[in-house]
Amino acid sequence: MAKEIGTARNRIDGRSKVTGTARYCADFAVPNPLYAQLVVSTVGKGHITAVDDKAARSVPGVRAIYTHLNSLGVRPAGFFGSGQGQAQQSWRPLSGPDVKFYGEIIGMVVAETLIGAREAAAALSFDYVTEPPAVTLDSPGVTVEPLQRTELSVGNVEAGLASAAARVEHTYETSANTHNAMELFATTAHWQGDDLTVYVPTQWVKGFQSGLAKNLAIEPDRVRVLCPYVGGGFGGKGSLFTWTGLVAAAARELNRPVKLYVTREQGFTVASFRAETRQEVKIAVGADNLITTFVHMGHELTSRPDSYVVNGTENSTRMYRAENIKAAASVVHADRQTPGFMRAPPETPYFFALESAMDELAREIGVDPVELRIQNDTDKDPVRGVPFTSRSLVECYRKAAERFGWSRYTPGIGSMRDGDDLVGWGVATSTYPTQMAPCSVRVSVDSAGEARVQTASHDLGTGAYTVMALAVHDKLGIPVDKVRVELGDSRLPTGTIAGGSITTASNVSTIDIACDRILRRLGNSDAGQVDIVAALQRIGQSRIEEYAEWIPPAVGEGGAASLRGDAVKIVGGAEKQYAAFAFGAQFVEVRINRFTHEIRVPRIVGAFAAGRIVNEKTARSQYLGGMIWGIGHALLEVSEVDPRTGAYMNDNIAEYLVPVNADVQQIEAILVPEVDDKVNPAGVKGIGEIGIVGTAAAVANAVHHATGVRVRKTPIRIENILTS
Amino acid sequence: MKPFRYRAPLSIGDAVKTVEPIGEGGQGGAFLAGGTTILDLMKLSVVSPPSLTDLQKLGLDEIRWNGDVVHLGARVTMAQAADHPMLKERVPVLSEALWKAASPQLRNVATLAGNVLQRTRCPYFRDNISACNKRNPGSGCSAMDGINRLLAVLGTSDHCIANYAGDFANALLLFDAEVETESRRGERTIAFDRLHVRPDDRPERETVLAQDELITGFRFTLPQWARRSHFVKVRDRESYAFALTSAAVALDMDGETVREARIGIGGAATVPWRAKEAEGFLAGKHLTESVALEAGRMAFAGATGFEHNAFKIPLGQRTVARALLETAAMDSAGTGAGSN
Repeated sequence: MAKEIGTARNRIDGRSKVTGTARYCADFAVPNPLYAQLVVSTVGKGHITAVDDKAARSVPGVRAIYTHLNSLGVRPAGFFGSGQGQAQQSWRPLSGPDVKFYGEIIGMVVAETLIGAREAAAALSFDYVTEPPAVTLDSPGVTVEPLQRTELSVGNVEAGLASAAARVEHTYETSANTHNAMELFATTAHWQGDDLTVYVPTQWVKGFQSGLAKNLAIEPDRVRVLCPYVGGGFGGKGSLFTWTGLVAAAARELNRPVKLYVTREQGFTVASFRAETRQEVKIAVGADNLITTFVHMGHELTSRPDSYVVNGTENSTRMYRAENIKAAASVVHADRQTPGFMRAPPETPYFFALESAMDELAREIGVDPVELRIQNDTDKDPVRGVPFTSRSLVECYRKAAERFGWSRYTPGIGSMRDGDDLVGWGVATSTYPTQMAPCSVRVSVDSAGEARVQTASHDLGTGAYTVMALAVHDKLGIPVDKVRVELGDSRLPTGTIAGGSITTASNVSTIDIACDRILRRLGNSDAGQVDIVAALQRIGQSRIEEYAEWIPPAVGEGGAASLRGDAVKIVGGAEKQYAAFAFGAQFVEVRINRFTHEIRVPRIVGAFAAGRIVNEKTARSQYLGGMIWGIGHALLEVSEVDPRTGAYMNDNIAEYLVPVNADVQQIEAILVPEVDDKVNPAGVKGIGEIGIVGTAAAVANAVHHATGVRVRKTPIRIENILTS
Repeated sequence: MKPFRYRAPLSIGDAVKTVEPIGEGGQGGAFLAGGTTILDLMKLSVVSPPSLTDLQKLGLDEIRWNGDVVHLGARVTMAQAADHPMLKERVPVLSEALWKAASPQLRNVATLAGNVLQRTRCPYFRDNISACNKRNPGSGCSAMDGINRLLAVLGTSDHCIANYAGDFANALLLFDAEVETESRRGERTIAFDRLHVRPDDRPERETVLAQDELITGFRFTLPQWARRSHFVKVRDRESYAFALTSAAVALDMDGETVREARIGIGGAATVPWRAKEAEGFLAGKHLTESVALEAGRMAFAGATGFEHNAFKIPLGQRTVARALLETAAMDSAGTGAGSN
């Protein structure tokens, strides 16, 4: 096995990105394109009674106007969230007169210029019959659906609560969030004969290929999806967009390439989002401070038709020891769009609740919050009793505590005040299940001493290109700058969806297999020591290539189908004979001006253990980026829904706030060494999402320590802690 | 966005002759300076002027001093003024207000006159859909019962609670500045505190400017004690965010006693706002924390809160108090509270 913490490597694609030569999807030029513009509903519920396109048609250069009256006949691709296909929601836009939510696609205009398309789109007018929409968890008219498949029960919770020495029971809420990647959504569709090339920012080129083929009723081989770079995904570019099929169908009908840009405002509604949640948590301990009983019930908002659920109780129940456990999630159907993945989909909201409750428990029983977590560490999955592949939570707490200076912590509320600053410290646990998916790659080496890796996986800006080059380097000894990595093209061997933090674990495990085969063909099995050029000369070949597939054992049947791009088979976390998770601990200092109560985070330290780290530099960036986003989740991010209409009232990045440089002062990620030889052949645990998990709770806990105000809802804002 | 004509006249006289009114959703002439408000609103179709009259060839971009009299050209950029050594030294509150506004990119193109005239960020005004008396007179106000966290608590009316979003104007207001303008009828001078008008029953009308009237500059006389001035901006994030509340303060102190105080309030009012009653209260007072808090309470005495923004009343009171105390703690060279 290679060393635990790889060397720090700059991104191999860094130079092309900062010099502007890296081509993102909207950068690809196609001959003589038309421009499409989406038109979205301006009511939250109802149905369209009339369309007036007279003014729109009079705009010069308009080539087509599509509505439900002349829809393009796009066919279903199946709802990803139900495991039935690739699409972001179960229904297609323009498939009927009904409006299911505010900002839903109800038309598309195609014109010779982008400006003409936008002008005509603004001039397209709809009459509606409307009903008052139900858009929040509490709106009259929503329907609640308990999801039996999420129910989990161990021991006797009622008895556990009744006999507890102490317990906490609270309800926590998290807000709706929108991905707002810097790169806007875009789609370019270009037909050449019966062959379609689509440039679309996506975390899943193979799924888009497969889904688009269904949308258009053509063979998947006719569709090529290209996305070499993604300008931020965060889960928002995971499943097949509803408009991509419309653009491709329009290009087919109009016999011209069509380009579509989704505006920032439209991106709030036509794509997915992180839905708001409400969670009840109960934790009970015995006199020895050990947790006996844990209850975690989640309620998540979703659309009317789709039962999309993230259910973080699957993971929250694995964090600490407990004999009695009960958990379940329900969805609340409202007149909103279907939610989707957003970085650490289950853990981000659910660990705000769990780790806030742990802090409340520590206060309740007068135990140091770090000690409480260490005392309740468990070496086996409390639900199924199986061991963890590896678990370094305590080590993470010890490392981070030392670095942060936790020994200077004084528990009294407001006891650490410094001049006009109310100072508070808080901690929380981070985790992310280690997941993997079937993957295939092609690796070749040639007599020039160069290697090539090809797979239809993705680099969301996280450093996947570099990690894959390093994996080849580690095995074959070829210098990283001599390894060419090709990703983001559906014609390449099926890689992995960029979701569930699976990319490195799955791809490196597969690359290792391909490289081992190359070494065998070269008559040398000593990883990293082979002279490729000499070895090729010896066997008299200029180039050899190996294709390899890796199907994680837990996938079982369906792995091969997954490699055809039809479905995603992600496995890991709490499965089979082991529980596989990465762990971390985050320590946060907040400072709050005693007059005006702005909450600032001058210091944050996270320690993470995630098996083998392939590239120390990009790994650190992932952790830091996650923690920064966590600060935003705690204090800033919320998609503000008008309860009367369902409209997002801050649908721009001036008012949808994420942290800026000035919000991030001292921030540090400690990489805790960890060897895991059970989790997967590469020994890698995914780190793309763990960094954001727990941060919001650590901030909330620090806010409580500083002010005595316990805020059980994100984002925590000035008005929540302002006591008059 | 609808097609529009573009003109870049060579003189102020030509500019005011050729300019056309912004029209529906706006007020005054469709002049283009930095474009950071008007182009945004055109893209959102909130305003659709038939033409834009670009001011880029008119100069008006100098900062001039004549003794204690300061003249700021209308097209001076926010960055240019924020970084001006004399402004930083003689009147830190102006420099700080500018530094704390927007982002470097915006400050590099946005101009002082454009900034003073920037439109509200009320989401119901900007969405071009909701009922909005400012955009579509008589249609109603969706904000009063809506997502109104960022909106005003001072100077509101039954017809409009849109906030004035700028920072600089609330600082400029402290120095009894005059606005210099030119129109087809010639030049005139307007007292800065009369430039903006409260919404009352005509929220579509935001200033006293005529449809062809161009702001050419601002003039004010600085007292020596303007060195003791400071801008506190309270916002959710540390940079690039609109104020929830802000306070611009200048203090003439005699030891720990206030000779004269000036207080401007932002983020919380429908127009640039001066708290004259609180200023009067402070004159002759020993500036203790409780006096500062009392001044804050007086500054918000007439405020009306709505569902999501009522917190701005206690927050605004504290913002004023904090600004007063921090300003008082500055040394007379005006370097106590930092410039950023």
